[in-house]
Amino acid sequence: MSDIFDIYLLEAVLNGLLLGGLLALLSLGLNLVFGVIDVVWICYAELIMCGMYCVYYLHVQYHWPLILAMLAAIGVVAFLGYILHQFVIRPVLSAEPINQLLVTGGVLFFLQAAATLLFGIEFRNLGVSLPAVHFGEMSFSAPRLIAFGTALGGVVGLYLLLTKTYVGTAIRAISQDRTIMPLMGVDPARIFAITSALGGAFAGLAACLLVLQYDVHPAIGLSFGPITFLICVLGGLGNLVGGFIAAFIFAQFIAVGGFFFALEWGYVIAFIFFIAAMFWRPRGILSK
Amino acid sequence: MLRVANVSAGYAGFQALFDVSLEVNAGESVAVIGPNGAGKTTLLRLISKLIEPSSGELTFEGVSLAPIPAHEVVTRGIAQVPENRRLFPRLTAEENLRMGAFTSRRKYAERLEQVYSLFPRLRERRQQLAGTMSGGEQQMCAIGRALMSGPKLLLLDEPSAGLAPVVVQSILEMVRRICSQGYTVLIVEQNIRLVLKVVSRAYLLDAGRIVQSGTAAELLAAPEIQKAYLGL
Repeated sequence: MSDIFDIYLLEAVLNGLLLGGLLALLSLGLNLVFGVIDVVWICYAELIMCGMYCVYYLHVQYHWPLILAMLAAIGVVAFLGYILHQFVIRPVLSAEPINQLLVTGGVLFFLQAAATLLFGIEFRNLGVSLPAVHFGEMSFSAPRLIAFGTALGGVVGLYLLLTKTYVGTAIRAISQDRTIMPLMGVDPARIFAITSALGGAFAGLAACLLVLQYDVHPAIGLSFGPITFLICVLGGLGNLVGGFIAAFIFAQFIAVGGFFFALEWGYVIAFIFFIAAMFWRPRGILSK
Repeated sequence: MLRVANVSAGYAGFQALFDVSLEVNAGESVAVIGPNGAGKTTLLRLISKLIEPSSGELTFEGVSLAPIPAHEVVTRGIAQVPENRRLFPRLTAEENLRMGAFTSRRKYAERLEQVYSLFPRLRERRQQLAGTMSGGEQQMCAIGRALMSGPKLLLLDEPSAGLAPVVVQSILEMVRRICSQGYTVLIVEQNIRLVLKVVSRAYLLDAGRIVQSGTAAELLAAPEIQKAYLGL
């Protein structure tokens, strides 16, 4: 009896690990944009929704191969990120933070309403079903395994970009001292635009992974937008490493908490942990 | 090489420079000396196009700098070591140097070697975060970062500020070495006595106006300067 108990616990821990990978990827784009531009994209999850619709329509309506539809979606959301920066963020770049929150909040409602008008309120399903993967007596969902692998790939890719390239180094530098960037021959506006497109691309990548597991509808952003923000805040807004670690901690609370009680309780426990952590480390778990 | 002609400039509700003219010729090392708040930093910010003049003209190698945006000044051959060094504290020393080479990536390896041979200390510190280095090492790194773009004109803003007296000596020694390597240097400094031993010519800026100019020896010997700034 005790063997079986252990293997189910192990399964929960491993499922938590897989969920952690997905949550880490979700938080990456938002965290990057905040860390560099110092603006919170409240409408981040709605960009992901746009990406999910993009994959759905290109694949189901226009019969594009799934991989091609996904690559196109990443490109589309990257472009949306760029547009968002140029037309919405740029005019309020030096405005009060509350105004920046309000404009991106406005974009959230705009995108939700536009999606409702254009696509209706039906839940749309990609219709792709990937089999569960079995290891002995444990089973894992294939989309989660794919999401985990892709998320790790995304994190490694971003790390290499930020440390090995000139533009990546400039992205890190600009978050430390914005005003002297012209002395390096760097146009800050260009670095911000690139960062926004990159944040959008990560939202697009997250969309590709989520659309494999969840139905798309105009309000889908509400179901994972808040958790994405919580993870970013838990890790310290703008701190990519902190957000990465926070995603895995949060996912373990959900998975293991859900294992000992019921699935819904997993979320309750995770949120209680979040509230406690905010008293303990209000600036994020890695802060001193 | 650099011509500043009748330039006035300021910030909202405050004029910092009045009708300033000066010239730096190729291969020269020139200082702008003067007390705190005289407008020295404003002058360098103008040349790097971080601020616009309200009147007057700046030309570099015979071409007006007026239509050039700040981030393209470096590609024209003007690099600045800003006041207080302004390194990126959470990048390593070498990453800071890499930022300096942003506009001339193909020459990165070659120039990195030049900077390391000029400042061997930086090679030892290459993987250290810039914010954790000593003041002198940070100043070397900031000068190195500016040299990475291969400038024709190097602007130095108060290289001695905030450094211990012993370190100030060695930094100015390095500046002298850079001048002797054929770089054209415009240096702004409060530490008048020391800087006049390094440069060939100088301008005295006071309350936003050029009040005196001449060779370093002439200024060192000028009674007004001896009385007001050197405390003799």
